[in-house]
Parts: sequence; structure tokens; C-alpha cells
Amino acid sequence: MGMSFSSLFASFLGKKEMRILMVGLDAAGKTTILYKLKLGEIVTTIPTIGFNVETVEYSNISFTVWDVGGQDKIRPLWRHYFQNTQGIIFVVDSNDRDRVLEAREELQHMLGEDELRDAKLLVFANKQDLPNAMTAQEITEKLSLTSLANTRDWYIQSTCATTGDGLYEGLEWLKNNLKG
Amino acid sequence: MSFKKDEDTDELGALMNLDHSTVLQEARVFNETPIRPRHSRLLLAKIIFLLYRGDSMSTTEATNLFFSITKLFQCKDMSLRQMVYLTIKELSTISEDVIMVTSSLMKDMQPNSEITYRANAIRALCKIVDPSMLPGIERFLKSAIVEKSPNIASAALVSSLHLFKDAKDVIRRWSNEVNEALNGKSLSQGPSFFGGGSSAQNQVVSSSKIVQYHALGLMYAIRQHDRMAVLKLVQSFSGQNKSSSWMGGSSPMLRSDMAHVLLVRYAVRVMENDSSLLPQLYMLLEEWMGHRSDMVSIEAARAMCQLKDVTAKQLTPAVNVLQQALSATQKPTLRFAAIRTLNALARTHPEAVQPCNVDMEGLITDSNRSIATFAITTLLKTGNEASVDRLMKQMQGFMAEISDEFKIIVAEAVRSLCRKFPGKHSVFLAFLSGVLRDEGGFDFKRAAIEAIMDLAKNVPECKEAALAHLCEFIEDCEFTKLSVCVLYFLGEEGPLTARPTVYIRHIYNRVVLENAVVRAAAVSALAKFGVSPVADPSLQRSVRVLLKRCLDDRDDEVRDRAAWALRMADGDQSLRDKYIRDDSTFALAVLERKLVEYCADSAAAAKGSFSFESIPRISRAQEEESRVRARMENMDAVLTGTTLSAPSASGRAVGGSESAEPGTPGLGSGAAASGFMDSFEQQAQYASKLNAIPELAAFGDQPLVSSAKPVELTESETEYVVRCVKHVYESHIVFQFDITNTIPEQVLEQVEVVMEPEEDIEGVLQPVLVVPITELKCDQPGTAYVAFEHTDPETFPAVAFGCTLKFIVKECDPATGEPEEGDEGFEDEYSLEATDISAGDFMQATYIPDSHSLWESLGTEGEAIETFALASFDSIEGCVTKVCELLGMCPLESALKPKSKAAHQAVFTGRWLGRTRAVARTRMTYQKGAGVTMELAVRSEDRNISQLVVSAVA
Repeated sequence: MGMSFSSLFASFLGKKEMRILMVGLDAAGKTTILYKLKLGEIVTTIPTIGFNVETVEYSNISFTVWDVGGQDKIRPLWRHYFQNTQGIIFVVDSNDRDRVLEAREELQHMLGEDELRDAKLLVFANKQDLPNAMTAQEITEKLSLTSLANTRDWYIQSTCATTGDGLYEGLEWLKNNLKG
Repeated sequence: MSFKKDEDTDELGALMNLDHSTVLQEARVFNETPIRPRHSRLLLAKIIFLLYRGDSMSTTEATNLFFSITKLFQCKDMSLRQMVYLTIKELSTISEDVIMVTSSLMKDMQPNSEITYRANAIRALCKIVDPSMLPGIERFLKSAIVEKSPNIASAALVSSLHLFKDAKDVIRRWSNEVNEALNGKSLSQGPSFFGGGSSAQNQVVSSSKIVQYHALGLMYAIRQHDRMAVLKLVQSFSGQNKSSSWMGGSSPMLRSDMAHVLLVRYAVRVMENDSSLLPQLYMLLEEWMGHRSDMVSIEAARAMCQLKDVTAKQLTPAVNVLQQALSATQKPTLRFAAIRTLNALARTHPEAVQPCNVDMEGLITDSNRSIATFAITTLLKTGNEASVDRLMKQMQGFMAEISDEFKIIVAEAVRSLCRKFPGKHSVFLAFLSGVLRDEGGFDFKRAAIEAIMDLAKNVPECKEAALAHLCEFIEDCEFTKLSVCVLYFLGEEGPLTARPTVYIRHIYNRVVLENAVVRAAAVSALAKFGVSPVADPSLQRSVRVLLKRCLDDRDDEVRDRAAWALRMADGDQSLRDKYIRDDSTFALAVLERKLVEYCADSAAAAKGSFSFESIPRISRAQEEESRVRARMENMDAVLTGTTLSAPSASGRAVGGSESAEPGTPGLGSGAAASGFMDSFEQQAQYASKLNAIPELAAFGDQPLVSSAKPVELTESETEYVVRCVKHVYESHIVFQFDITNTIPEQVLEQVEVVMEPEEDIEGVLQPVLVVPITELKCDQPGTAYVAFEHTDPETFPAVAFGCTLKFIVKECDPATGEPEEGDEGFEDEYSLEATDISAGDFMQATYIPDSHSLWESLGTEGEAIETFALASFDSIEGCVTKVCELLGMCPLESALKPKSKAAHQAVFTGRWLGRTRAVARTRMTYQKGAGVTMELAVRSEDRNISQLVVSAVA
């Protein structure tokens, strides 16, 4: 009862809510992205043991972003946050060539989950400011994203969390694709 | 508003019949967006209610629930968040992966969060972190400890205390912060001298008292192993260094009464074992008794009452404080605390409590029955003969109003009173038989009949009346055990009375009417009447007739007993004496252990039947006394309660194994003999420990002759604490060294004790075995052994050994206790005090029944006599205790309790190497100035042995 009432209420104001899960290997920059979006500034972060959750307002949509830690011991726990997720943001450290395959494993594994079957995938190729960074194209190949073309809506965006470049473009894509 | 109220009461009603699975199903709403705070909060309340109610949750259920709850962190509603914290704390032990909320909690405890968030987040966080994560949050906790807000500081302090046991070394580093919280420096800065803002400041100060309490607790935890530091802590708050403190500004003050109570306890703990500090402690306690808070003054008074070796006169100020508390009409808690302390004190110092008698009599009518019960039992201990009648009458009045637990206390009190005023036996007996007729549980009835039996044994005049009451009791007794107990007692005492036939009728009624267990006991009792030496022939005939009828019983045991009794009755007198009138019994603890060993060893049965030779015998009187003491100790526990004894108990545990030492002062008559009983039980424990070591188990085939009392080979405050226990076998001697390492930064490896004989023992004692301790971590006691073979059975050495502890030291991380990698360590030595072997060690303290006739039959052939002038003793009592220790023999009856100060005779018995019987008689006289003169005569089957025994004292 309360639920339907509140969603009705929300639609009157034209404000939509979206539930986003942001994951990726450790030190990819997830928490920095979250607080750049939330506060517009760079905060000092420590490795996330667990998760951070914030609501980010963007173009009349309220994104509830779950930033879940990427350390080995936390990764198996991502699954607890799959339910009702409309969009996944997968953050990759473009400068970390050694672990990009590891990132692919985690991503493919996660996309196999039934609960995420309808979720849109947005990949942030982060840390583009670093000299040796892989391009979005390179990362698309390394993550084998093209093989997803028929089964899932996905999009890759190069970003730089410290400057904020690309972040809102990513959200824009999510907004457009989540409408339907 | 009214609508809301209805809803709330509905919710409350719903709580009463909550269903586990329904609630867990409902909890799925936590996963929905958006969150509904009010609904979720109620649901969390239900979950907590379920957990508190004791419903168990499987790990999977709890984990799923936990992760659903983590979703609630997206909602900023404060009251919801508080419930989330609470639920996380509850689930932290059941659910897996609780570290998932670490980041969220750490975010909530940041300085920019709300105070409510911060304090609660800290408390929840300490439940979910493991010690390895602590360094990551150390910084935040440290700053939270010195936080101005008392909520946060308290939360941080209490959380640190909880974490302390797992992460001692991290938290030790915080002592500066803790100290700041303790002294409230951050608060005392910037005081306002003028009126403005004083109310606000008052508020902070008053609520911050609790911070000081928690800080003191944590500070003590950090420093508890460092005696000097604790002492300094105590002294800094006891205002003893005022001169130095006015130089440094304000002296630290304890604003919190609860902290002050803690301080009293810590002061006692750190000072009571050091005799040089006792006067100072006494002064401190006296000063604290004048504290404005009742809590503190009562605590100080109670601490004083529990001091060791305190005299009645020294107790006067404490008793005064307690006396005042008794008349605190508005505060039942205070009255209760005071009367409870006085009650405990009355056991040790009844004369000190006497001044309060008038006040306590007023409390008998107190509306709080717990206070009344304590008042009356205390009065019974302190009262004089004249007041007994009145007290008993008052007691009868309220017996019906109190619970069984208190009834037992009353029965016990009456029992001890019986011993004190035997002249009033008729009053007591009337009271006890009266309460026996009332309703009551097993324990209470048992306490009452034991009191009656006690009376019958100790006061001959009332024996017949007491037995009559007992007979009446078993006529209608619902407890089989008690019937058996009474029947046994009738069998013991009945035959010696003037008219035994009276009891026989009651006993035979039981054979007719009761269940098999009682019938069997009744038959045994009857048998005792039949074979009694004072029984006249007609009585014997009658008993025989009754026993013959019992041969038709349908129960095997009853028939067996009857047949056996008839056989005895026809047998000759010596046979009867051996089986029916034997006044000794086996040391039951040892017997039990040996039987268990025998049954466990599959090969043992093949070797032969169980041997009773190795079981020491003790007299029935000794057994009885040890039972009495066990009962007294139980009563102490009931009366004083765990909380009351806790502070001193842990303090004393440090002092060593008090339970192993016989003759704890203050327990009165039973103490000496029961200490002796204890040693059997102690021995049983040692033996099972020794048998667990493969190298030593081989000796276990020989009976263990004796195990001496543990002896401290170091001071108790040193780096390594070592105690030595000697175990003597027929042809081996084993030294057991209990070693404790008290340095947290060290791990010792290959720890062994090197023993150097101070005299030549070649050919007599041959070292055969050294069992080292492989690894010895801090505060984890280990045991090393050194064994000698006794190669010459004719010579019994008396020799001292110099002992040295040898080991390899490795540095270690105090937190984990693991030695640092690559640390080779270095060898080190530590010298210990010497230990020795003397003749007494080869003696097994065994009770030998009828030592007098043994003494006569041994005659003077195997006798050795020597006279000693012992100038160093200033009392007979001290001398006889020492002699008993040296002889290693079993003291008979009143051997250790000289009746006169000038002259005393004592008899000891024992078996040399567990075989040869020996009896020692001493006569001693005491003259002031000359000390004790003692004649020691020892008789045994072998003159050499007699001389060796005498040499034990020389």
C-alpha cells in the first residue's frame, strides 16, 4: 500500500528512482567516483570494507548508487546486492593492464547471474588521465564486451574520476536506457 | 494521536505471539525501494524481540537477514538507523560476513556525523571488527576516547574494553588517551568563573561522570599485570600525593561514584597481598568510608571486612558505617547491602558485629523478606544464649513467608547455633521438627534433618528426642534419599540408646511399606541393631526373626543384605567388628580414580583383580569433617554470592593455590583433617596428569606413594613463576615443575629444569628422565618434569637440589604470541630456589584404624625415640603443624588442635612407601623463653624405618 502510494507520488513530481550497483576490482576508483558524483569534490578514500551507498540526483532522476568494495574477500558478497538492480556500473582501472583479465572474469561471472538479467551495463574505463592508460576500445576487446551485443544493453565510457570527465555522460546513457 | 496509540498497543500485543518464520519473510521488505522507515523499524524491533526471547536462527537465515538489513543504510532516518545498529550487534555473532558494514559504520563514526550516529556506530563496529582490522580504525577510536561528548567517549571506552581481550597490544598504546578521559582534562579546560553558561557546563560534567567510570575500567585492564602501575593509579586518586599535585595544578579527582567503587576494588586487589602496604590500604579504606556516596562507603566497609587477618577492633569503623546503613529507612538496597556484608562478617568475626544487634533486631520485621532473613541469620550468629528463645519464636513466624532458598539458610544457621548453645537444644529441636512438618523441597528438608542429626550427635541429652523426630519424619517422607540417610543414622545411633526396640519398630515399618532402595537401607540398619555389642540376647533373637522375613523380599539387593546380615550375626565377634563396626573408610576420591583406571585399562583385568592395597584409608571422622567443610564452603557461596566474593577471589587467585593448602584459618575444627582430604583429591589429579605423559606413565604401574604440596621456587611477582611438586613412587621420584612465563614479549622454547644435588647421590638416586616444555607462551602455564630412579632401596636420601631454569628465549609479537620469523633465539638461565627430598616424602599419609592397639602390638623392638629442644617455636600449635608437615603422616583426631598451651600429645599414622605401617607419638611442652621441647617416638615393623622417620624431623 505504502509502496504504490509513494511511487505514485514520485511520478507526479516526475522524479524517477534508479537502483545502480557499482562494482569492479579493488582500487579501480569506485568510491572516488561515488563521492565525486555526490559531493562534486575529491575525498580521500581508504579501501572499502563493505559498501557505501548514496543517492545522486541527476537530471530529475534519483540514482541510488551502491558502491561495493572490490577486495578479494568482498567480491563473493556482491551477489547480495544484485536484487532489483536496474543498472550496473563496472569500473575498470585503465592503467592496470595486469589485472584486466581478472576484471573480465569477474564481470563475465557476474553477468551470468539470473538476477541481473535485465540490468543495463555501463563500463567506466577510469583513470584515463594516466599516461599508459588503455583506451576504451582496447578495454572493450579485453573485456570481450562485443560478445554481449545481442543479449544486453551495454555502453563503455572513458572517465577520469578526479576531474569528473565522462561521469555524467555515463549517467546520461543510463538515464536514456533505463526509461524503457 | 489516539489513532497512533491504538496502533502501538496492537503492535505490542502482536509481539507476544510472533512467529519466527513470518518475521523473516516480512524482512524481505528491507530489499525494496524506497525504504519505509517506520515499518522497517518495527520489523527490526520484532527481530530483536525474537532474538532476546531466545529463538535460534540458522547461519543462513541470519546471513540473509543481515544483508537485507544492510540495505537500510540507504535511508537516513535516524531512529531507523539506531535500530539497524542494534540489530547488527545482535546478529554479529550469528551471521557470516558481518564485516560488510565496516565501511558504513566507519562513515557514521566520522566527526562530522551526528552524535547519536557516532556513539552507536562505534559500539556496533567493535562487535564486527576482527583484531587484524583494528589498526585501520585505531585512529578514529583514539580520537573518540578523548571526545568531549560523553556518549561518544563512553562508547569508545566500553568498545575498547570489549576488544581488549583480543587485541591487548593495540589497545595498550591508547593509554594516553584513556588517561586523558580518566582525568577529564579536556573538560576542565576553559572553566567559566562567572555565572554565564554554568548550567551548560554542569550538564556536561554530570553526565561525563560515566566516562570516568569506563575509563578507569579500561585503564585497569591495560595495566592489570603491572602491579606498580596499578598502585600508582590507585595512589593518584587517593589524594595521597597532595603535595605534588598542587604544584601541577588540580589533582585528579574521581567524580563518578561508580568509578570510586572500582577504585576501592582495585586498591584491595593490588595491596592486600603485600603486608607492607596493608596499613596504607587500611587508612585509605577508612578515609573512603567517609565518602558522601553510600555506594562508595559501603564498598569500602565491605572491602575492610574482607581483609585478611583483620582484627575485630580494626573493624570498628567499618561496622559503624554498616550500622548506619542499616537504619536507612528509605533505601532497601542500602539496608540489604549492609546486612549482607554483616552476615558474611559474622562468620569470621561475630564479636565485631555484636554492636549492631539492636539494629538488626529491628530489621526482622522488615517488609523486605530478604533483608529480614539475613538479619535473623546474622543475629543467630552474634546473639547470646538469652536471646535465642525470642529469635527462634520470631523465626517460626515468618518461615512460611520465605522461599526455600532462604529456608535453607535459616536451617543452616540453626544448625551452627546448635553447636554454639547446646543448652538450648529443646528449643532448636522443637523448631526443626516443626519446620520438617511444613511443606518444603528436598534441599531444605535435607538441611533440616542434617541439623537434627548434628544435634543428636553433639548433644547426648537430646539424642532420644532427636531420633524420635527422625523416626516420625521417615514415616511420611517423600524423598527416598532422605529416608535412606535417616535409616543409616538410626542404625548408627539407635543400638546405643536405652530402648533400641522403639526404633526397630519404625525401621521394620519401612521394610514393609517402602520401595526397594529404602527397604535395603532398612535391612542394613536392622542388622546393626542385631550385631550391636550392647544388644541383649532377646533383642538379637527378635532382629534375627525380622531379618529372616526379609529373605522373602522380591528385590535381590534386599534379600542379599538380609542374608549377609544373618550370616554376620552367626559369625564370631572379630568378623563383625571388621565388617560392621569398622571406623575407617577408603579415601573415596582415590578409590574412584583407581577404579576408573582399572576399568579403562583392558589389560588390567588379565593382570589380576583390583587391589585395595594402594588405596589410602581415612577415618570416618575425617571423612565426615571433610563433608562438613565442603558444606560450609557451599554455604559461603550461597550466602555471599558470586558478586560479593568476586573482587577478592581474583585477587587471591594470583597468590597461589589456596585450596591446596590445608588448614585455611578461620574454618574451625574441620579444617586440618579436610585439608588432608583435599590432598587425596589433589593427588588424584596429579596422578592422572602424570599418566598422560608417556615417559612417566611407565612409573604409574607402581603405586604413587605420595605427592607433596606445591612449593613456590620463585617470588610470585617475577618474570617466570615456578612451582614444584614432588611425586614419590616406590622406586622413582618425579619432580613436577609448573612454570609460567609472565613476559608477553617472549616465547620460551625447550624449557627445562636442571637439578644439581648438593651432596653426592651416586648409587642412590640416578637421574633417568628430563621432560622439557617445547614452547611456553606468556600466561599459558606449562609443566616440565625431572625424574630420578631410586636405585638403592636400603638408603633413603635426604638431599637438597639447586635448581636452574634453562631455556631458549625468542622475541615474539605480544598480540599473536608467535615468535618472530628467523629469530634463532638465545639460551638463557634463571636460577630458582632449592628444593629437597627428605624422609617425610617417602611416607604415605594413611589413616590406620585402631592405632592404639597397633602401637601396643608393635612393641618396643621397632621403636625409635628422640627428644628435641625446639627453641625457635613460640607456640605448640605452630610446632605440631610443622612436625606434621615434616613427617608427612596423617594426624589423628585432635593432633593439630592442642587443647592446652603448655603441653600436648599427638599421634600420627602412615605407611612407609605405602607398605610398612608406622605410628608416631609426640609429646611436647612449651615454656615461655625456652620454646618447645618435644619427645618423638616412632614405632614400626622395621627399626630402620622408625629411625628414618625420626630423622625427618631432625
